[in-house]
Amino acid sequence: MEWTFIDSWIIVTGILSAMSCALLGNYLVLRRMSMMGDAISHAVLPGLAIAFLVSGSRDSLPMLVGAVGVGVLTAVLIQAIGKLSGLDQGASMGVIFTTLFALGLILIRQAADHVDLDPGCVLYGAIELTPLDVYTLFGWEIPRAAVTNGIMLLVNVLFVVFFFKELRITSFDPALATTMGFNAGVMHYVLMALVAATTIAAFESVGSILVIAMLIVPAATAHLLTDRLVAMLAISLVVAALSAVLGHLGAITIPTWIGFRDTSTAGMMAVAVGVLFLAVFLFAPRHGIIGRMVAQGLLTLRVNRDDILGMLYRVQELSGQRSPAVKTDDLRKALLTGGWVNLALADLLRTRMVRRTLEGVVLTESGLSSAANLIRSHRLWESYLCGQMGFCDAEAHYSAHQLEHVTDEAMQERLKRAANYPTLDPHRKAIP
Amino acid sequence: MSNLSEFENIADAGQETAPIWINDLTVAYHRKPVLWDVNLVLPEGKLVAVIGPNGAGKSTLIKAILGLVPKATGDIRIYGRSYEAQRRLVGYVPQRESVDWDFPVSATDVVAMGLYGKIGWLKPVSRRHREQAVEELRKVGMEAYADRQISQLSGGQQQRVFLARALAQDAQVYFMDEPFAGVDVATEKAIVALLKELKTAGKTCVVVHHDLQTVTTYFDHVVLLNMRVVAAGPVEEVFTEENLKKTYGGKLTLLSQALHKYAQQPGIGTGGAKGGHR
Amino acid sequence: MPGSSIKRMVSHGLGWIAAAAWVWFWPDLAHAGGLGDTGLQWPGWQELLRVLTLRDYNTRVVIVGTTLLGLAAGLSGTFLILRKRALLSDTLSHATLPGIALAFILMTVFFGDGKSLIGLIAGAAVFAVLGTGSVLVIERYSRLKDDAALGVVLSVYFGLGIAIMGIATRMETGNSAGLTSFIYGKTASMLLFDALLIAVTAFVAALLCLLFFKEFSLVCFDADFALTQGWPVARLDFFMMSLVVVVTVVGLQAVGLILVVALLIIPPSTARFWSRRLSVMLVLSAGFGALSSMIGAAVSALMANLPAGAVIVMTASSLFFFSLVFGTNGGLLQMALDRWRLGKKVMHENLLRELYEWQEIAAQQSGAIADKTRIDGPRLEELLPRRSWSVHGLQKGLRQLIRKGWLRLSPEGRYFFTPEGVLQARAVVRKHRLWEAYLIAYADTAPGQVDWGADAIEHVIDERIIAELEAGLPDWTPKAVPESPHELIRSGV
Repeated sequence: MEWTFIDSWIIVTGILSAMSCALLGNYLVLRRMSMMGDAISHAVLPGLAIAFLVSGSRDSLPMLVGAVGVGVLTAVLIQAIGKLSGLDQGASMGVIFTTLFALGLILIRQAADHVDLDPGCVLYGAIELTPLDVYTLFGWEIPRAAVTNGIMLLVNVLFVVFFFKELRITSFDPALATTMGFNAGVMHYVLMALVAATTIAAFESVGSILVIAMLIVPAATAHLLTDRLVAMLAISLVVAALSAVLGHLGAITIPTWIGFRDTSTAGMMAVAVGVLFLAVFLFAPRHGIIGRMVAQGLLTLRVNRDDILGMLYRVQELSGQRSPAVKTDDLRKALLTGGWVNLALADLLRTRMVRRTLEGVVLTESGLSSAANLIRSHRLWESYLCGQMGFCDAEAHYSAHQLEHVTDEAMQERLKRAANYPTLDPHRKAIP
Repeated sequence: MSNLSEFENIADAGQETAPIWINDLTVAYHRKPVLWDVNLVLPEGKLVAVIGPNGAGKSTLIKAILGLVPKATGDIRIYGRSYEAQRRLVGYVPQRESVDWDFPVSATDVVAMGLYGKIGWLKPVSRRHREQAVEELRKVGMEAYADRQISQLSGGQQQRVFLARALAQDAQVYFMDEPFAGVDVATEKAIVALLKELKTAGKTCVVVHHDLQTVTTYFDHVVLLNMRVVAAGPVEEVFTEENLKKTYGGKLTLLSQALHKYAQQPGIGTGGAKGGHR
Repeated sequence: MPGSSIKRMVSHGLGWIAAAAWVWFWPDLAHAGGLGDTGLQWPGWQELLRVLTLRDYNTRVVIVGTTLLGLAAGLSGTFLILRKRALLSDTLSHATLPGIALAFILMTVFFGDGKSLIGLIAGAAVFAVLGTGSVLVIERYSRLKDDAALGVVLSVYFGLGIAIMGIATRMETGNSAGLTSFIYGKTASMLLFDALLIAVTAFVAALLCLLFFKEFSLVCFDADFALTQGWPVARLDFFMMSLVVVVTVVGLQAVGLILVVALLIIPPSTARFWSRRLSVMLVLSAGFGALSSMIGAAVSALMANLPAGAVIVMTASSLFFFSLVFGTNGGLLQMALDRWRLGKKVMHENLLRELYEWQEIAAQQSGAIADKTRIDGPRLEELLPRRSWSVHGLQKGLRQLIRKGWLRLSPEGRYFFTPEGVLQARAVVRKHRLWEAYLIAYADTAPGQVDWGADAIEHVIDERIIAELEAGLPDWTPKAVPESPHELIRSGV
């Protein structure tokens, strides 16, 4: 693999366009209109074709105008068709964007005699060739694509910064926003116009497929990682940049493993962001699958720990002696949770809640106080459920048994007050 | 432990014969506890109202019985056997909002859906089935609207179409989810007459209800529900001010907060040893 | 009648079998010849005739195949739309690309030729199912909503497809040139065998849609109820989606993976404008799909520079927009017409009532219950201030009533009822006052405000409701025209 200045420029261009897409994408995902990105990026095709046919050139300005026009038109049409026909949003989107795309294909075929325009280029771009088309700025040779995408990123950043408050409220609650004087409809169309413009800026360099991927996937990834909007914006930008870098590296390295020189950089960037998404989907601490499994395991561990402490406390209470030892086997038999008991016991030993003696395990001082705390919660709940709610008997015990694990001191206080400061539980046992 | 087994003996009563027997049912979905430790035995041939405040889990109880929402724990029997085995004995009237009323079908088509189970795979709906569907529509006073597309019916008329569909199922136990919600006087009268008729025919009807005023006149059995069964039994015994206060009063806030917190735990559902010592 | 319409559709299908057989057993016309080789210029008359009459064997096969495809797409698309999953088809069609590219590479490596349609279609189908599965997994196990799940899967799979295609095009062996036809569609590149494969698969898919009509519609309308009835909803749902997958993958070559979505979505959306019955909707949707596909394939056979997929979609969406305007079930024109008719009816009824009440007041003042056709009617300028109507509108309304024979204009410029007009006015006033009485009795409306409330609704209530109104009112004595519950004011005089 040889690294040249071309590779550097490819990555810079990729990063710029990916970031400018990802920034807007956050609002698409939050507004539940991710597929709007797909629809608009397909639908701008006739806008391009008309711009070509009218101007007869591939200049950026007419293309930008054509694309933004058609982009907004798409949004308006989808809205209008949905309203007029009673079709759901998905169907009206499908009707409109396929129609426009088909129109674009036909127009491009007609324009093919005059201008060199390949629909394939629109779709998966030619980012590999962008560094060859340069633009001289202050004596530096900068690829034209990097300049346009950089400008687009700047525009999008400014938009998001200046309209941060408005974007947030119109995304979260359009009706409320409108009653407060922020016109949600206008905001929607401005956003769609920017999406169309971004699509067009990116299309000649990276192709529309990367645009769709970068609009949706980084934002979706960020959404799995955080609950805060600012953090989500930041994470999506990082994910976008990272996947641009990884994508190009992947495009020039992975094919060499099976004997090919390289493959489409735009495609690999989409794959890279997909891999990042998958990783987060699996391993995100709160929302990932594995993360949730770990949390579930930790909960089970805690419940088992609590149960062991509770059992040791009750044994002490029954026997009347201080810190009686209990055999590990008895614990296992009583709790019926198999290997979890060993794990929980190990954890209790590690945190010095219990210690091991020759006869079995024994509560330490700190263990005794947390066990007492636990039993307090349990018996307060039983008193409350039986006295105040009329659920006595086994039901109350079972409920109390589950609730004790989530009861903190504040709730204990409230329970005490609600149950009139009881000293004995319904089974006439002392509440510690 | 002795208390526990005693309690189970009580619950065992009616397990074989009762139209509905529920033991220890817990449902928590979307990380919100909805039903907690529900134990319930309902007698045959009665009109049973399920009442309770909003969010008390009334609809969820019915959906859990019908296997439409997954249950965390619990055992449910219909005439002594699992619901899956007794499907033919059960009729269901869902909430009106649960379907898209713009769907291109007529009232007769909807009622005929109640017969699909009898018609079986691949066989088309025959003229005879359609006639039967119109007959069921007649029972709810809707035969004049048989060919109307369902979006052209009023709310009460849509509800009656759903009732006719349940009748077409010819079941032994009927579950109705808020059939009286937002209906006109004529529909309310039609539903009440229908319930009485079903009762005379020996069927059991479990109706989610929200109007406390009419409980005593429409029903003979009542289940007071607020996440758990507060009380269940004949209306004259159970429908007391004290029980209502327990069901609707603010006393449950502490419990529901704790339950919410419990369900918010990432690992809900599996963890936790059951039983243990006191 | 779903039952009989299924029979009708089946017999329709048999017709298609006959058509296919006719194609197959007419070998004398069979000759190799590219459909798309006709060049850039417009076709000559002979050419046109040849294509339109399906004289050319290849053309015939391709057109019949594509038409069947449109038929199948129209049928399975209807259930897709009713299940509100329109955009799932978009995602799964994009997700086929890596399957196609991978199948091409594998077949080139192992068999030397990577362009067997069956292999490519199989690869596409595998990835379509994988893509659909990924959407379901993301929706089920993460906080992302369906739109984001669809978008993520669509773009990542398609990107993967482009990347693998990149490798395929760099392969030394094997000619990958035709692969892009899967993206944009190219009926012209269809081989005879391909067209037949498409025709047969599409026909089977269409037949299955009809066979499972009852089950599919139940799952679409009320899945919960179907579940309580013991239907295997999840499996039926999967089967329904599988048919969509099948139609999508066989449609790829004809229409292209971006536009095959249109074939699934647009015809059923169009059919909604013409019928409220599911069975009729299905037939229409199948018809629209078949028609658009047939026209598209024929046009692109005639003109090489028109891509078939695009023409098919443009035809389908022309039908859509035509139906949006002219459809009999919620079409724009029809709705505008209804509104206009209602407006006219409201105008007439208001005029009749104003005139009638004018007469009533006149009768009260003169103390005689005189014949309504004799009493002095109001003049135009006396009528004008009674309501917020324009001079022009009022004149027009009065003219229309005169033309109907309900009013006549005296030489002094006063308006009189004809005997027929009195009857009409009586009915209108009766309706109005019944409704007023109902609102006062049941809706706690104050008598002073009731006039306005009654005004809005009275124009749309029919005889049945009037009868119910009369039956439901307490202490109501039926009479031809009841008295007004509020005082009549002769304003503007």
